[in-house]
Amino acid sequence: MSQNNHHDKEEKKMYNKGEVITGLVLFAVIFAFPFWYNMGKAAPVPEPVLTEQAKAAKECIKPKALMKTDHMQILNDWRNSVARDRNRIYVNSSNKEFDMSLSNNCLDCHSNKAEFCDKCHTYASVSPYCWDCHIDKPKEK
Amino acid sequence: MIKCMFSLTVVIILAVLAFVGAETAGFKAQFLFGIAIPYAALLIFVIGVLNRVIGWARSPVPFAIPSTCGQQKSLPWIKPANLDNPTTTGGVFGRMFLEVFLFRSLFRNTKTQLSEGPKISFNLEIFLWLAAIAFHASFFTVLARHLRLFTEPVPSVIQLLEKVDGMLQVGVPGILLSGFVLLAAVSYLLLRRIIEPQVNYISLTQDYFPLFLIIGIAASGILMRHIFKIDVIGAKQLAMGLVTFHPTIPEGIGGIFYVHVFFVSVLLAYFPFSKLMHMGGIFMSPTRNLPGNTRAVRHVNPWNYPVHTHTYEEYEEEFRGKMIEAGLPVEKE
Repeated sequence: MSQNNHHDKEEKKMYNKGEVITGLVLFAVIFAFPFWYNMGKAAPVPEPVLTEQAKAAKECIKPKALMKTDHMQILNDWRNSVARDRNRIYVNSSNKEFDMSLSNNCLDCHSNKAEFCDKCHTYASVSPYCWDCHIDKPKEK
Repeated sequence: MIKCMFSLTVVIILAVLAFVGAETAGFKAQFLFGIAIPYAALLIFVIGVLNRVIGWARSPVPFAIPSTCGQQKSLPWIKPANLDNPTTTGGVFGRMFLEVFLFRSLFRNTKTQLSEGPKISFNLEIFLWLAAIAFHASFFTVLARHLRLFTEPVPSVIQLLEKVDGMLQVGVPGILLSGFVLLAAVSYLLLRRIIEPQVNYISLTQDYFPLFLIIGIAASGILMRHIFKIDVIGAKQLAMGLVTFHPTIPEGIGGIFYVHVFFVSVLLAYFPFSKLMHMGGIFMSPTRNLPGNTRAVRHVNPWNYPVHTHTYEEYEEEFRGKMIEAGLPVEKE
């Protein structure tokens, strides 16, 4: 009986308290990094700005939602098509023809790279290697 | 096999639940899977982990455990194994470091085989260690990479990590090595359980379930990036809302995103009650964290019952007179 009581009392005690608490505090602080790093302030969600030319055109080559999620894959397909098959013509679902060219076609309307492309790219922390070759304000010959 | 199939079924049901909910039930379901469940899961994870570790810290270690591999420090002319059986705190740190970062004891895993003769041989069995270290390292990389969705501005270390991870530059968006290594390693760990008869025999539901869950997490993540495209800006907006306590549900992120988040939430909530607690447990392992100094320091069992002792000195003190009378030898006159 008295042995049991003794045991119960001992169970409440924490061994190596200093080390364990230090470890647990470290765990909590590291795990909570995104919480204290942002200090509770959400950065505003970027709104890409359309140029007058883009506004006037009303529609891109595909619907907006699809362009938002798939533009990078379209550009990749275009690159393969142009560089490997010498096919420069893209026909969209409403039978409109487009020149498969980032510099001459896309960036013609969206000539404001910083306000259009970079805004979301920076927010999502992506650095596309398109810009390694294709420059800001292009007009390729 | 039934344990394996049961775990798989549970994971599939979880996926269907989140997908159908987010795609059909609209805002209410998205609020549930995107905000309410993640917050609840995070709370369960943190409190659960702290609770488990404190519980372990309250458990007394009855014995110092010197029976680890390697010679303990003894006489000056016997060479001690300083890493396997360290006597100092520094040595214990060294052993712990190798254990946590390189899985040293798993590396020593051997396979016993009986060949003709009969001859017994112990062969190095490296694949479990290889898959384990690939799994843990890639999972950590994937986790760290996700900070790009939880921080603004994104720290340059995280951007650098993603650059290294995507160094193959295959496709757009480029494939990230860690995701595929994670999927391959966790698949190996699952197949090992299913195919190897001995491992299969000792495998339980709670062994299969986290494997299927992590396969689900990795697969949904890869699918989201490369096949069923989601709105990344929306995903980051939701994630940032969570960590800044201004939760929002942006429209049209896509059902698969909620499947991914739900899987992660289930993993977090399940964590403290599962074998995954080895994350904290490895630091609490007596054979890893106790110095092998039993020859130098006496370890007293903390729950020893206070035994009433009567030492020889006390005995002689009590009976000295009578002992001298009877002609018995005494230590003190």
